[in-house]
Amino acid sequence: MATGTIIDVVMPQMGVSVSEGTIVKWLKSEGETIEADEALLEISTDKVDTEVPSPGTGVVAKILVHEGETVDVGTKLAEIAPEGAGPAVAEPEPAVEPEPAAEPEPAVEPELAPEPATAAAAAEADAPSSAESPGPAAPAAPAVPAETPAPAAAGDSSENGKSFVSPVVARIAAEHGVDVGTIQGTGQGGRVTKKDILAFIESGPAPAPAAPPEAAPTEAEPVAPAAPTEPSAQPTAPPVIANAQPQAAGTGETLEPMNAMRRGIAEHMRRSLDTAAHVTSAIEVDMSKVVAIREKLKASYQKDYGVNPTYLAFVGRAAVDTLHDYPWINGELRDDQIVTRNYVNLGIAVELADGKGLIVPVIKNAEGLNLLGLARSITDIAARARDKKLLPDDVQGGTFTITNPGGYGTFHGTPVISQPQAGILGTYALVKRPWVVQDALGNDVLAIRPIMNITLTYDHRLVDGALAGRFLHDVREKLQSWGEDRY
Amino acid sequence: MAERTYLQAISDGLRQEMRRDKRVFVIGEDVGVYGGAFKVTLGFQEEFGAWRVIDAPLSETAIVGGCTGAALMGMRPVAEMQFADFVSCAWDHLVTVAAKQFYRAGTPVPMVVRLPSGGGFSGGPFHSQNPESSFAHIPGLKCVCPATPEDAKGLLATAIEDPNPVLYFEHKHLYRRLKAEVPEERYTIPFGEARTHRVGEDISVITWGAMVHTADEAAEELAKEDVSVEVVDLRTVMPWDRKAVLASVEKTSKVLVLHEDTRTGGFGAEIAATIAEEAFESLDAPVKRIAAPDSPVPFSPPLEKAFIPQVETVASGLRELAAY
Repeated sequence: MATGTIIDVVMPQMGVSVSEGTIVKWLKSEGETIEADEALLEISTDKVDTEVPSPGTGVVAKILVHEGETVDVGTKLAEIAPEGAGPAVAEPEPAVEPEPAAEPEPAVEPELAPEPATAAAAAEADAPSSAESPGPAAPAAPAVPAETPAPAAAGDSSENGKSFVSPVVARIAAEHGVDVGTIQGTGQGGRVTKKDILAFIESGPAPAPAAPPEAAPTEAEPVAPAAPTEPSAQPTAPPVIANAQPQAAGTGETLEPMNAMRRGIAEHMRRSLDTAAHVTSAIEVDMSKVVAIREKLKASYQKDYGVNPTYLAFVGRAAVDTLHDYPWINGELRDDQIVTRNYVNLGIAVELADGKGLIVPVIKNAEGLNLLGLARSITDIAARARDKKLLPDDVQGGTFTITNPGGYGTFHGTPVISQPQAGILGTYALVKRPWVVQDALGNDVLAIRPIMNITLTYDHRLVDGALAGRFLHDVREKLQSWGEDRY
Repeated sequence: MAERTYLQAISDGLRQEMRRDKRVFVIGEDVGVYGGAFKVTLGFQEEFGAWRVIDAPLSETAIVGGCTGAALMGMRPVAEMQFADFVSCAWDHLVTVAAKQFYRAGTPVPMVVRLPSGGGFSGGPFHSQNPESSFAHIPGLKCVCPATPEDAKGLLATAIEDPNPVLYFEHKHLYRRLKAEVPEERYTIPFGEARTHRVGEDISVITWGAMVHTADEAAEELAKEDVSVEVVDLRTVMPWDRKAVLASVEKTSKVLVLHEDTRTGGFGAEIAATIAEEAFESLDAPVKRIAAPDSPVPFSPPLEKAFIPQVETVASGLRELAAY
């Protein structure tokens, strides 16, 4: 009775490149009623964490994927039965199943009989032309019967299915017991090519299986070539392909699966360092004027708009302004082209509440926002990031990023560029320091000034050191000369 | 060894066979007094006489029909079609009679039909075709497509010796363009044995005829980009050397099948299908075909250039495969 009206809940596609998601939490359990668009579960993908709304009104009839499990986009997660139809869900299935199993088989079998006969007839017909040929060679004699290669268990190798595995790669993977998913691909769309897998196999085993327990805990030193004590224990000789099997936890260790976001971060950080030539320059900024103006604005911004004019907003505003004069720092290397833009999509690195993860939502067209606008946007995306309310679009298309790890007092850092951008600005702790300034008479005097270190980490492939230095200089000048007109 | 053009090599080979075997004779339009439209048989009538170098009326039907009869009677006729395109007039004799005669009656038809084929000189739709795949489809016919002077001579000798009807496609564009060392003595090159024109590691090009040289030039381009391309010259399209093709595919795992004939139903389709059937587990990329589009051969030089696969087209196809 409920047939056809059951609504499937599937893992949504949270961005073009996202292929899987992890169930963080079910907000409803089986049997509970739910309204259309009411939050049903929380998921985590390598782009965003978000709530998935119910596609229909009814009762949560079945939950098929449990919390903590990671599944491909499109995988059915649950069934919603329209109200009143709930309990019927299970029924039709057993009723259908037994039937198809038995019948078709006998129907097929008799057909097998005629085949040998046909084949024999064909063989006979062939005979005169090829067998008795004293003179002429057989017309178009067939080539040597090709040996059929041994069937290789192809399909099983890459369960993540992130890209196409070609037949030859599947075969080699099966022959060597390699998981294709662990190989870095260089083919189209990151596909693992034959060369990739052969190189992978040739490069030998990945970190060998855990060393025997006796050896492990004490010796952290690199293995000295001298020590000939236990050659057999050294996992060097047999090129056993590491099966990427999770190793068991050692004493005092705890194992915890990586979630999609952590995996995404790990992959991205590694890729970024492998891609860009990272260099960091730092500059010290006297924030006296900013501090003064912020004090002035704070109350009115809070009262009138409910927005806090953070230092980040000031720095962001100065950086966005300065980027206008440094298009390459707001640019990108795309193949052998340099991309520049007439807009700034400003990424802001936001730490998630539990301290496990970080997300970089993007403020689109930041060049069009004044101080208030930028402060408001930062507040908005930071809140939505922490509440897991970001949309896929919110984390895409950044052209430059600011990260603000100074909240805990760090005064310097070398952040990693968010690919494919060319730079990331770091802002650090605002600290009062003795500072040499000039008094009205032009004499050097010591003053107490709020100083902030600002870093620019840039891709040296595109951005030269001098350019980065000039950029930081200009950002500093903007911040140090901040006037009330520059809201 | 002497340097001979592709055309001279054919001429030399034919002359050698005629001197060696009195059963061999030549028949065709203007092959005698005029020495052939392309001068392959220039001076033949003087040497062998009008009975062995016969000027035929403008009827391919008559030429091939006559050859079939002569072959059945024990002669070794070599017919010349002025252009390969005209062989369609002789389709019935070739396909219905010559190809099936041995199967039906056990009487061999040792006949060679020479077919000046291929484009590249604005010959238009009636003087530029490459009809080898049509005949390769007919059981009982053999199709030879030499790409070099040396192969041209050796394969012609094999063709004349072969007891079956053999279609010998000689590419007009190679006639005077190609020059290479050719042994002066008689030699034969077996049918069904491909020749590796260029050894490579990354991509295989399977081709024949004039496209061997197009592929080689494209491979030269790719070599500059550090992609190593193997060029396999089939030499004979029927029978064709599956073993060599599959071995090359096994090695490189990426294949481009290239021919000058039009795409649909071209012999490249047969090769691609065989690779899919027998070398599937060796493939690291889809089998790629480059061929002429499904249209008559245009007269206009720019259109003809767009029609016949060019070095740049092949190079970009190879780049695609390399990047896959």
